Amino acid sequence: MYVYDQYDQQLLNERVTQFKGQMARYLEGKIAEDEFLPLRLQNGIYVQRYAPMLRVAIPYGQLNSDQMRALAKVARDYDKGYAHFSTRQNVQFNWPALEQCPDILADLAEVQMHAVQTSGNCIRNTTTDEYAGVIAEEVVDPRPYCEIIRQWSTFHPEFAFLPRKFKIAVNAVPGEDRAAIAMHDIGLNIIKNDAGEVGYRVLVGGGLGRTPILGTEICDFLPEQHLLTYLDAIIRVYNQFGRRDNKYKARIKILVKALGIERMRELVEEEWNRIKDGEGQLTQAELARVKQHFVDPSYEDLTDEPETLISAKAENKGFARWLSRNVRAHKKPGYAVVTLTLKQIGTPPGDVTAEQMDQIAELSDEFSFGELRSTHQQNLVLPDVEQRELFNVWQKAKVLGLATPTLGLLTNMICCPGGDFCALANAKSIPVAEAIQARFDNLDYLYDLGELDLNISGCMNACGHHHIGHIGVLGVDKKGEEFYQVSLGGNSGGNAGDTSASVGKILGPSFARDKMPDVVATILDFYVANRHEGETFLEAYRRIGHDSYKGAVYGKAD
Amino acid sequence: MAKLINTHGEVANTPLTQVTFEQWQASPNGNSLELFLSSDQTADLIGDQCKSFARICIDFPKFSDGRGYSAARLLRERYGFNGELRAVGDVLIDQLFFMKRCGFDTFALRDDQVLEDALAAFSTFSVSYQNDVLDQKPLFRRRMN
Ligand code: SF4
Repeated sequence: MYVYDQYDQQLLNERVTQFKGQMARYLEGKIAEDEFLPLRLQNGIYVQRYAPMLRVAIPYGQLNSDQMRALAKVARDYDKGYAHFSTRQNVQFNWPALEQCPDILADLAEVQMHAVQTSGNCIRNTTTDEYAGVIAEEVVDPRPYCEIIRQWSTFHPEFAFLPRKFKIAVNAVPGEDRAAIAMHDIGLNIIKNDAGEVGYRVLVGGGLGRTPILGTEICDFLPEQHLLTYLDAIIRVYNQFGRRDNKYKARIKILVKALGIERMRELVEEEWNRIKDGEGQLTQAELARVKQHFVDPSYEDLTDEPETLISAKAENKGFARWLSRNVRAHKKPGYAVVTLTLKQIGTPPGDVTAEQMDQIAELSDEFSFGELRSTHQQNLVLPDVEQRELFNVWQKAKVLGLATPTLGLLTNMICCPGGDFCALANAKSIPVAEAIQARFDNLDYLYDLGELDLNISGCMNACGHHHIGHIGVLGVDKKGEEFYQVSLGGNSGGNAGDTSASVGKILGPSFARDKMPDVVATILDFYVANRHEGETFLEAYRRIGHDSYKGAVYGKAD
Repeated sequence: MAKLINTHGEVANTPLTQVTFEQWQASPNGNSLELFLSSDQTADLIGDQCKSFARICIDFPKFSDGRGYSAARLLRERYGFNGELRAVGDVLIDQLFFMKRCGFDTFALRDDQVLEDALAAFSTFSVSYQNDVLDQKPLFRRRMN
């Protein structure tokens, strides 16, 4: 993974010093509350329901075991002994003291971690496929491009005060999109043209939140070297013309909609033509420099499906289940990609204790070259595990509660922190997740249901990505009471062979919390009763139609 | 009263006749004028005519309104404006470093801001990743490893 050189480290150290100073001036009363707000946000600090929340960046989901240990130490020294992995591949601490945040950031800087631009109206952490670099299907490894974007976006002088937050996602796998790029302000699909040259298909104006919209293509093939100037051009147009009078209309998606994609493209190209051949153009030397940080670790020459694996699988149903769900093919024979699920029943999705984090770091050192990934489904990944060690890894992960064999199934839910922590929430989300997990705990049933994404957000901000869950749950406030609105048919585009991202459609009036497991059960029963052989939940929904599901749940089709 | 500073310290203001873009369009003449550019006016609106002014003041009605950064950069980088570029309005310490990088050379610092803290803010970072008005080369063209 990328290792800082003296420039990167110096910049980060200076950031730590800057924020220390800003915090001191704030505490001395020299900076007003509303003027401190963007400063703390751009250093990852929200003020939440009970305490400040610190969001630490995990650039494009990539981290190493030392960084994991440092996070565990933060959880232990400054928090209540646990951390929460978010849907944007970042990690959040729910209980730090505001005054201690500069110290936490200083500690993290020692392991090349930070909270830069994890919040605020600026360019946020770029996200990508959690399996980047270890799967055969990708066109190229997207991580070097993400790192180049990270550097370009860090303290960008022109774009620190955009109309609203700005998220970029990168995908490099044809026909599959775990990064859900169509849901981002800018989505970059790395592709090769007929001549075999690398470039990007660029989408703009996607996003969740109050007005969920899929991104629209603004450029069908942008050559590799133009990455940063093109991003500059898009965001420059947005910075000048995006709405600033209404925060609900301030995202770039609203600008794209207002101008129309044709006009948007014209403006961007006009801007881009003036800078594209300048010094901002990416050089091959820089690409090569960054790429060398992402070369393969020293893999051994192994073969797929070793004897030990085959026999362990035959002898142990639990292991076989875990293999079938939580382990996926690696580009290198004899290796596998293992997902450690943070979806233990009784624990909020994405939460891990400091002890678990230390153990995860151990696992990564022992079995995966010390590397880890965080995923948008709030899990962690050991990217490079030898297949002959899988049984071993499974046993250890099981003891740690990290081997729930349900990746991609109903109970591997995505769930935001919701009303238990988040000041913006309309309703709690964690208890809903827990009730559903408790109700549907029969593995045979879950396996029979097959691929199913259920996503829960506590409010319109959609941190739990409810719009793109096959089943989406949104917390709403009904005269001061917590209710839940259900939508069906959303899709992130992350499923093999089905990249058709879509936004879910609301089923009907919302439900009280205690009704939610029943509602989900009704939807599932209807699916099971009406599916064709081999048809997934989403496929069946698309075939049978929204209204039939509506009828099943509300007792009448209208 | 705002304190007028450059990156070294307090400076005296040379009073110039101030015009808005609309006023100047109505009668485009006069020497040593100062143009007041509001935050909803873009650099492209003025274009090459920027060279008619001795000074351009770009307004930040609220510190969180970031349009002025693009305006400044474009005036400098695209239209080659060489005169004085001044940040006016809600000009606060913690935005000065960005402003400097976008080509501002004087800053009408809001009166409640502490002068020493402001001057220190100009050297917050000794390295930047991106190209900017001060350095046309991004770090990746300057790295020596
Ligand atoms: S979706 Fe709403 S409730 Fe949930 S974390 Fe985001 S802002 Fe908070």
